[in-house]
Amino acid sequence: METDTITAISTPIGEGAIAIVRLSGPKAISITANVFKGKNLGDVASHTIHYGKIIDPETKEVAEEVMVSVMRAPKTFTREDVVEINCHGGMVAVNRVLEIILSQGARLAEPGEFTKRAFLHGRIDLSQAEAVMDLIRAKTDKAMSVALKQMDGRLSALIRRLRQDLLETVAHVEVNIDYPEYDDVEEMSHDMMRTKSKEVYKEVVELLQVAKQGKILREGLATAIIGRPNVGKSSLMNTLVQENKAIVTEVPGTTRDIIEEYVSVRGVPLRLVDTAGIRETEDIVEKIGVERSRQVLKESDLILFVLNYNDVLSEEDEKLFKAIEGLDYIVIINKTDLEQKLDLDRVYELAAEKPIVITSLVKEEGVNELEEAIAKTFFAGDIDTGDLTYVSNVRHIQLLKQAKQALEDAMEGLELGLPLDVVQIDVTRTWELLGEIIGDTASDSLIDQLFSQFCLGK
Amino acid sequence: MTYDAGHYDVVVVGAGHAGVEAGLAAAKMGAKTLMLTLNLDMIAFMPCNPSIGGPAKGIVVREIDALGGVMGKVIDKTHIQMRLLNTGKGPAVQALRAQADKPMYIKEMKNIVENEKNLTLRQGMVDRLVVEDGVCKGVVTETNAFYRAETVIITTGTFMRGKVLMGDLEYESGPNNQRPTIKLSENLEELGLEITRFKTGTPPRVNSHTIDYSKTEIQPGDETPRSFSYETTEYITDQIPCWLTYTNEFTHEIINENLSLSAMYSGMKRGTGPRYCPSIEDKIVRFNDKPRHQIFLEPEGRDTEEVYVQGLSTSLPESVQHGMVRSVEGLEHAEIMRAGYAIEYDAIVPTQLWPTLETKKIPGLFTAGQINGTSGYEEAAAQGIMAGINAAAKVLGKDPVILDRSQAYIGVLIDDLVTKGTNEPYRLLTSRAEYRLLLRHDNADFRMTELGYELGLITEERYAAFKEKYRLVEEEKKRLQKLIIKPTEEVNAFLETAGASKMKEAVKAYDLLKRPELSYDLLAPIIHADPSLPHDVTEQVGIQIKYEGYIKKANDQVARMLKMEEKKIPEDIDYDAISGIATEAKEKLKKVRPLSVGQASRISGVNPADISILVVYMEQGNIARLAN
Repeated sequence: METDTITAISTPIGEGAIAIVRLSGPKAISITANVFKGKNLGDVASHTIHYGKIIDPETKEVAEEVMVSVMRAPKTFTREDVVEINCHGGMVAVNRVLEIILSQGARLAEPGEFTKRAFLHGRIDLSQAEAVMDLIRAKTDKAMSVALKQMDGRLSALIRRLRQDLLETVAHVEVNIDYPEYDDVEEMSHDMMRTKSKEVYKEVVELLQVAKQGKILREGLATAIIGRPNVGKSSLMNTLVQENKAIVTEVPGTTRDIIEEYVSVRGVPLRLVDTAGIRETEDIVEKIGVERSRQVLKESDLILFVLNYNDVLSEEDEKLFKAIEGLDYIVIINKTDLEQKLDLDRVYELAAEKPIVITSLVKEEGVNELEEAIAKTFFAGDIDTGDLTYVSNVRHIQLLKQAKQALEDAMEGLELGLPLDVVQIDVTRTWELLGEIIGDTASDSLIDQLFSQFCLGK
Repeated sequence: MTYDAGHYDVVVVGAGHAGVEAGLAAAKMGAKTLMLTLNLDMIAFMPCNPSIGGPAKGIVVREIDALGGVMGKVIDKTHIQMRLLNTGKGPAVQALRAQADKPMYIKEMKNIVENEKNLTLRQGMVDRLVVEDGVCKGVVTETNAFYRAETVIITTGTFMRGKVLMGDLEYESGPNNQRPTIKLSENLEELGLEITRFKTGTPPRVNSHTIDYSKTEIQPGDETPRSFSYETTEYITDQIPCWLTYTNEFTHEIINENLSLSAMYSGMKRGTGPRYCPSIEDKIVRFNDKPRHQIFLEPEGRDTEEVYVQGLSTSLPESVQHGMVRSVEGLEHAEIMRAGYAIEYDAIVPTQLWPTLETKKIPGLFTAGQINGTSGYEEAAAQGIMAGINAAAKVLGKDPVILDRSQAYIGVLIDDLVTKGTNEPYRLLTSRAEYRLLLRHDNADFRMTELGYELGLITEERYAAFKEKYRLVEEEKKRLQKLIIKPTEEVNAFLETAGASKMKEAVKAYDLLKRPELSYDLLAPIIHADPSLPHDVTEQVGIQIKYEGYIKKANDQVARMLKMEEKKIPEDIDYDAISGIATEAKEKLKKVRPLSVGQASRISGVNPADISILVVYMEQGNIARLAN
């Protein structure tokens, strides 16, 4: 049956501090052993657990301290060899471990695939067949919706553009092949193909670099900080960044509008969006109006709404409350070191069930409470993320890596002077891989492109 | 009242490019076969362009030949010129194209059909099928002849409710003013087959004497003799050239002024036309920034003065066609002998077919060729031979033959048709093949001959020659693996004169051949090539070595694909009983009824989750079947 080894993060985000990367398949143990510093996992007894370190094979650095459980077939969930790598360092670390495992030849599991294998190997009762199918359906649909949701508009636009470039190039080669005597188009040359491949290659490499730093593809909770001018939004921002390890600081040109700051609050990854606006102390609502801002806010997973303890509740504040109605938010009442002017009763009324935290960011008071509130919101499942967010991110990275490899193959073929129709095999592959990222794999597009781009006929 | 006209294993309705291959294949396999055609003088007639082959299509012709079909042999005998296309490109996309001598092609093909034992050729118009208990049991002609049959293959091309259109002229007709097939089409519809309407067109033919060739560019055939068939040993040497000219602004002006008179643009036509074969009206409208379009002048044969004006396919009124033709350089005084026209016809929605080309609705009934929504003689012939093989196999109790996408362009063609369907007349293109590096014209014999031999379509003699060829290929490859070439002064001097970089250390001859700039022929003296080795052997050795890496990559992909193909789905699986498959996917699966998980995954609208669920469902072993 299935002979490859699959892997995925098997604990949903928020279910405790430990995250597990699970592998199943004939190479589960050897793949882990390759990157594990500690006991030789090949020799250990079944159903034992071992302390050690996961080493990044590229940098030779320690990626994570882990506990590894080794379970040999057939007494496992899937009836294959199973390894579980327990990571402690939050989502970023576990994600890195997953990437390292993938780089060693494991394949990212499809949604529900562990369960599917368990089922196929007779581990699960036949009467559960329908449940298994429902599970696969549910997980797949969820994965699709998550994948699409987390796909930033600009990223998908960029990938679409790269694909269109590649498609035109491929169509050009195809027209040379299928209509050799057609003289309206110049024969595609190695130079033209090289130029195109390099252009796309450059962008793919850039995307991957960015992905590596966790800016685009490693998703966090899109978090917006809102509030009137001068309530302490930028202090909040700075506090979060200083208190926690800022994962991203520099802003590369291609992605500046995607993520500004990325912090891990008690293992919860936050992507602080629209911080530029905050720093200029411009109010998002003021700037773009209630309706538009509501649209923007809707795309956030979490809103941190800052109020000034030292000021009366204004009409604007009321407007903001209205704008975030029904969304996930935490109210932060800041500047408690100053005199109270805020009508707290009214605030509690407006916030209804939502968490409210009292802080004095200047005095560094209430920060712990805030972080706890963030973590609590997150772990209580108020915010709908699920384990698949990470999975699909890693999937994107894997696809980008494969696309990069395919382009390298194409460029190598060009250097060797191989015929273009041969080189084009790798270019087409790149196009398909990029298509998988955005969920577009319609194979008829090439034929359509061919006939819309060129005037062909008998 | 009908009369009993005989009992056959296979009845083929039609004797075009699909029909002849179907009839011959079935007969050769040992099935008692009848071939019915409207007109005995029009067997394998080419109603449109006088050419066979081209990219992808030329490879199909070789595949047909390697399976034991006749198209390659006949065109080898009857062409007026032959060219190898894409010689500057890789081996995967090279292909032969021949200009045909149309009347000779008919004569030659008729001769072959007439002399095939087991095959009866008869003129007759089939009006309806005889279906008993849902199974096809024979055909009835307009003369009331009832032919009882175990299987029937319909290959009626563009004849079904054919309608010729030219300006505002419109009449029921098959191509080239032959009688259309009206009743059979109605009958198929009554029997519950879904019919669609397609269209195509053809350009005017002009008299060669009235062409001023001095104003055109000559397009000669290749000097190197080549053949489609692996069996051909005699080559035609006196070739006839084609000629190239162009439309111009005057041509475009005439067309633009008269656009409203074109049958296509006056809104009469309902059928869907192919994008790859647009009329000149279409080209002018869709690509109006192009100052000129190519026109190829192609003789229709050695003993005729008719010249096919390729590039001027049109449904403009005859009156406009004169001016349009004469606006072209070289054609100022051209006399049209036949005007161009468009033709609209019924086609069967091909997703109603199994990959064997048998209809799902009516067991025993097969369809092949243009009736299945394709275009092109080669595509028709490819389906013809496969339908013939499968109809005969069914009667003879043999296993059906389905080619997969990695085996042959024929496999790509049929899989596309029955899995995805088509909303325009379908033409094969190299880009439709995922594994085209494997589907080369040089190795069609390697891919198909074994199968053709097993089916009884390939003679012992030919099979032995085939085995010998590939034995020599393997032997030579082994020899080159063992042969070490040292970087002697002599060798490096040789490489330098050949424009290649020098060697620094000793390498295997095998690896030296991998260098793109070095060919087997070029290296012959250095690698001590045996001059007695036939060219097709050394060519094969050269290609296999040079593209080894890419071929391996393609083979790995194929292995993955085949794993999915090997997961068979029962024909009568009840998709409604599977919970979890999305509704749209369920509808598609119920219509296409794929035979394997691989085929299911290629249906548009069936996504990976549906496939996962399907696999899990099948693995649990308790599969719900449709009633009956």
